[in-house]
Amino acid sequence: MSRPVLETKGLTIRFGGHVAVDSVSAAFHAGTLTAIVGPNGAGKTTYFNLISGQLSATAGSVLIDGVEVTNFGAARRARSGIGRAFQLTNLFPNLTVHENVRLAVQARAGGGANIFSRWDSRRDWIKQADRFIEAANLTDKHATAAMALPHGDKRKLEVAIMMALEPHVFMFDEPTAGMSVDDVPVILDLIKKLKAGGDKTILLVEHKMEVVKSLADRILVLHNGRLVADGDPAKVIGSTVVQAAYLGIPAGRRRPGEAPHG
Amino acid sequence: MIKTLLSGDLPRSRLLSGLLVLILATLAAAPLLFPGAQAINTAAKICVFVVLVASYDLLLGYTGIVSFAHTMFYGLGGYGVGLALYSWGPTWASALAGLTIALFAGLALAFLIGLFSLRVRAIFFAMVTLAVASAFAILAAQLSSFTGGEDGRSFRIPELLRADALIELPFVGPITGRTITYYVVFLSALASFLGALRIVNSPFGRVLQAIRENDFRAEALGYRTIFYRTSANCLAAGMAVFAGALNSLWFRYTGPDTTLSFAIMLDILLMVVIGGMGTMYGAVIGATLFIVAQNYLQKLMGAAAKSTEALPLLPHLLHPDRWLLWLGVLFVLSVYFFPTGIVGKLRQG
Repeated sequence: MSRPVLETKGLTIRFGGHVAVDSVSAAFHAGTLTAIVGPNGAGKTTYFNLISGQLSATAGSVLIDGVEVTNFGAARRARSGIGRAFQLTNLFPNLTVHENVRLAVQARAGGGANIFSRWDSRRDWIKQADRFIEAANLTDKHATAAMALPHGDKRKLEVAIMMALEPHVFMFDEPTAGMSVDDVPVILDLIKKLKAGGDKTILLVEHKMEVVKSLADRILVLHNGRLVADGDPAKVIGSTVVQAAYLGIPAGRRRPGEAPHG
Repeated sequence: MIKTLLSGDLPRSRLLSGLLVLILATLAAAPLLFPGAQAINTAAKICVFVVLVASYDLLLGYTGIVSFAHTMFYGLGGYGVGLALYSWGPTWASALAGLTIALFAGLALAFLIGLFSLRVRAIFFAMVTLAVASAFAILAAQLSSFTGGEDGRSFRIPELLRADALIELPFVGPITGRTITYYVVFLSALASFLGALRIVNSPFGRVLQAIRENDFRAEALGYRTIFYRTSANCLAAGMAVFAGALNSLWFRYTGPDTTLSFAIMLDILLMVVIGGMGTMYGAVIGATLFIVAQNYLQKLMGAAAKSTEALPLLPHLLHPDRWLLWLGVLFVLSVYFFPTGIVGKLRQG
């Protein structure tokens, strides 16, 4: 198999005595959508933070395209191709939808340090930003301040910002959390389109099992910070360790009809 | 044309546009309109403070950095040009050399302060700037053989700019060096302001706003926030140095009370807040209002106190010595009613 786009080796972080992520090793290849599941507090978001650089690891390493980035800060990892959509919406509240996306386009183009030209004179950036805004179904709100958007639109904007970065690795952290039934398909379509491109590396933290089943090529299960299962969705979902992890009781004693959830 | 000059950031309010045009026209024609020394001094001071306050707005309003060292940079410019003219004689070369030295010193200081303390929490940065600025002010007051100590230094300016210089201009007639100095100050201030407006409306300026809004997210997009914050700190410092140089050129004096004192730092803060943070035009409105009030409120109150002499209590309240009290009241009211500043309020419609 070709070299993984992203790899973690023995990735560990300790907060005092608590080991939030415990020696997680996994490799992620282009063209694969990997879902990361596990009960609340399993360390999914912490694992994401270790990959995208918001937290630095206590031990272990992160490699992007075979290059060790463990000591890089979040900004440098973003420039190395890590894109992140956050679980708790993380926008520029007083800037418009367009400006939010445009900042990502500009970050990708690397033109942030220009103090002489006018922000509104770069037609190419404007066009690109508009394209991502349209893909997220936000065109009619492009001039609205991010803080004034309803929750569902904020989530869409969160995803649009990451898309506009055009990263090598897309990290979605519960992209549909708290969204209305109408809004969920917009996000899922975006992820599906991304996946259909066939060459993107996508990581997805998601609680909704039907979403995971429909999208994932592979599932990682985290439990108490440890990687307890890794493999084909159908097999992993049915496995006893996963059911034990989710329900905290040995598999088989689960009452009929109860679905594993977070 | 106007849109290009203003970098696409139009006032977006008729009343605001009107006010700005009025201020610009008055400042541009000040030497013709007002023969008195106080009026022209006030106009020059407004020009200087527009630059100073705009540079502080770049820091506070656009980048979200609270610094108390802005008067230090202002003082560096003032002392740089002042001491150069004092020690090396009243020539253009010494003024320029003084400005250059002050600019380099200011940028170096801003860079160091930024690099060492902008990584950490905002409150820590504010404290560091406060400490460095206090140390600088004490230093300037103590090194009296060099800086003139508490008394400061008066100096002569290049010949062309002196009051007794008389230049014959075609179509206009004779003008004094004082008028020339005024226009040097006015045009420099105008250019600096338009420059600042360009900076905040550039791709760089948007990154500053993004950092103010959510530095965590800006970092996750790949922007090194420390680089942008330090750059903003240096740009603002450079502009403040320039404002200080203009101030020295106009008043032919530099001293701790006119440039380095903490009272001026507070004035700058008030002007930014009253005008409207993060708007640039707020610097023009805030500085103009504040300085006009500072210079004329006392006179106005004197007249009011006289006219109410017969009434009880009122003349005491309106006594010119109470002008700071009324300025304080005005400030509290303006912050209460216009939390986004005058410009913010006007833009709301």
